[in-house]
Amino acid sequence: MSAGLLILIKFTLLSGIVLMYVALGGCFSEHSGVINIALEGVMVIGALFGILTLCVLPKSLPGFLIVTISIFVAMLSGIIYSSLLAFASINLKADQTIGGTALNILATAIALVVVKRYNNVINPGSQSPKLTYDNSLFLFKVGPLTLNVFIVLGLILLIASYLVLYKTKFGLHLRACGEHPQAADSVGINVYKMRWAGVLISGGLAGIGGMAYIVPSVQIWNFEVGVGGMGFLALAVMIFGKWHPGYIFLGSLFFAIFKSLANIYDSTFLANFHLTKEIYNMMPFIASLIVLMFTSKNSKAPKAEGIPYDKGMR
Amino acid sequence: MADYVIEMLGISKFFPGIKANDNITLQLKRGEIHALLGENGAGKSTLMSVLFGLYQPDEGVIKKDGKVVKINNPNDANDLKIGMVHQHFKLVECYTVLENIILGVEPNTAGFLKLSETREKIINLSNKYGLKIDPDAVVENITVGMQQRVEILKMLYRDNDILIFDEPTAVLTPQEIDELMLIMKKLASEGKSILFISHKLSEIMSVANRCSVLRKGKYIGTVDIKDTTPEDLSTMMVGRKVNLQLEKKEAAPSETVLDVDNLTVSSSSSKKDVVKDVSFNVRRGEIVCIAGIEGNGQTELVQAITGLMKHKNGTIKLCGNDITNDSIRERSKKGISHIPEDRHKHGLVLDYNLAQNMVLQKYREPEFQKFGFIKFDAIKKYAQRLIKQFDVRSGQGVDTIVRSMSGGNQQKAIIAREIDKDPELLIAVQPTRGLDVGAIEYIHKAIIEQRDAGKAVLLVSLELDEVMNLSDRILVMYEGELVGEFKSSEVTTEQLGLFMTGAKKDKVSKEATK
Repeated sequence: MSAGLLILIKFTLLSGIVLMYVALGGCFSEHSGVINIALEGVMVIGALFGILTLCVLPKSLPGFLIVTISIFVAMLSGIIYSSLLAFASINLKADQTIGGTALNILATAIALVVVKRYNNVINPGSQSPKLTYDNSLFLFKVGPLTLNVFIVLGLILLIASYLVLYKTKFGLHLRACGEHPQAADSVGINVYKMRWAGVLISGGLAGIGGMAYIVPSVQIWNFEVGVGGMGFLALAVMIFGKWHPGYIFLGSLFFAIFKSLANIYDSTFLANFHLTKEIYNMMPFIASLIVLMFTSKNSKAPKAEGIPYDKGMR
Repeated sequence: MADYVIEMLGISKFFPGIKANDNITLQLKRGEIHALLGENGAGKSTLMSVLFGLYQPDEGVIKKDGKVVKINNPNDANDLKIGMVHQHFKLVECYTVLENIILGVEPNTAGFLKLSETREKIINLSNKYGLKIDPDAVVENITVGMQQRVEILKMLYRDNDILIFDEPTAVLTPQEIDELMLIMKKLASEGKSILFISHKLSEIMSVANRCSVLRKGKYIGTVDIKDTTPEDLSTMMVGRKVNLQLEKKEAAPSETVLDVDNLTVSSSSSKKDVVKDVSFNVRRGEIVCIAGIEGNGQTELVQAITGLMKHKNGTIKLCGNDITNDSIRERSKKGISHIPEDRHKHGLVLDYNLAQNMVLQKYREPEFQKFGFIKFDAIKKYAQRLIKQFDVRSGQGVDTIVRSMSGGNQQKAIIAREIDKDPELLIAVQPTRGLDVGAIEYIHKAIIEQRDAGKAVLLVSLELDEVMNLSDRILVMYEGELVGEFKSSEVTTEQLGLFMTGAKKDKVSKEATK
């Protein structure tokens, strides 16, 4: 195997899994009828508290515990943060897009305040927006390939998501709420409860996704950049993946390949084209524009998504 | 007393400003089909929503088998074995028939669905009552008739004994209506008690045992169907004598006004042709009706004639002038008036007031503007005249925001505007959809007056009664083609039904219509 191909696989898996977590999250939320455009912000919050936990946990703890606890905190903080969206859009019936956008803006601001304060406590006088941590516990090697725990966990959650959405009573109820909430209500399903469930699950997945984006690849992160648009890219993956876990998996790998080209362009045949790194960095976003142009016409979007449910309206 | 399975005694329900139900009593016997008759806004749906647990009554009690019960939500209703087929089906379109039937009461092991046993139970039920369905078909691909059978099976699967049908025939073809009537009789003979909401007298006469009538939220009375006539029922419902049979002179058509040749229209969403090579004409002094089941190209045909939609092939002539490539405004100016299918989308600007809506097509004329500034006084005066002439009722006269008006008065406003234009051709699409008997009577009369005044009228309607009563000539549209042409005096609704469902087809050429 050539070194270039190996790096391509490594980076594709690295970002593909991230996109998959977050797109699956979006999938749960949208199937319940709530557009979760706050995924980007939820990722930032998940990453922030996951990494902070990683920083503050004593190094004496067993590695397994450190990994589990920090991922759990990332998930939990994602859930808590997305409950703001759930409350605004389900109980207050606010416009979901505006609520989500507000949460996106807020998330980066929260991250900067918390990180700067933390650095200031650790190292008086410091105003650094960066966190430094050790990611070795999350990585393991299979042959020549370096993998991370998020890949394993992600594949498990992928299968679980499929089963939950399509093989369980919960999934049938959840999707009914996104397609035709009045129908769900008329057969005794609590639409508000199901939508809360959908949004909270999406928050948990996006929270883990945020941590999975940052931790495996680097050991220092500048929170001024948030998560660099990965949340929005994940929304595109979700649409491309027709709101279905299987297609979402394939879609994340497809987008991840484009994203990874930026990492290998100088070491493979791509170097012959003499294009700058920026061109390759733009690739996934251009690809998502083109893909959405062609797929949005016959989209499989849940019919009632984005419309606040009001019991009185029939 | 025990032979009443449900009693609603002295039910009142108030909404801010209105008494939707005022001391209403309804008693349902075991195994009977009990019709609930009333105009729009008479309180039928509110009363049924109370019984189904969607609203709580402000006064009165509900008894089941003689015992007082409290129904707080649809789950309580379900526990009392009360089920409802809603007017707008409550089906998840991307789910299969099977999934829709079990939704909410899924058999499962630890949360995982068990579909195979359920399938057998549903197939047995469907055979027992003659409700033909395909359990694995996806709901969005099946006919409206089958969707309704799915709704009925939903109730049967939950072992409901009291079945509420909320205007179930509004969406069905004549054949499907007959089928539904048979199913309802079969259900009643099996011991189910049925509440049948309707404002179609012929159906009530043919299927119900008894009928309770509501008017403006009040209970008028209950009658045995075998001792009553449709005329009596309509008098009870409206509160005055209504002429069920429209009085109409023989048509005296003269020269051609609208002349459509080989018109083909493609759907805007897919590339499919939804109107295929259609040719017909409409003459002065006649009402030509396009009959057909919803979605067979009538909407697109009308939109192509009025200019709302682009056509693909063919020509449209108005009084001999080719208007095929004219804009909507030009067509309107040359004498096309349009009472649109969707009055909220194409007929009115809901958040404008009545006066502004009355001049939507005329505001550019010197009568109503000078140098681009609108003459509000002139508009007001004009609107006041129309309101008086056409009896449009509203809270604050010409200043009423149209959104706050009732459907019947919104429709009257559109009709006033379109008729006052003094058109050559009046196109009316579903002009009485969702209106009550009084308003329907008024609109039908207005349309016939236009005909008698020498206008050409093109009517599109899904209501067969309206088609039969109003039109002089009927064209049946099926899958984008005209498949039959009749004189309304020489055809029955059953025959029309066969053509509307595509069971029979004629070749319609324009030569025949001349």
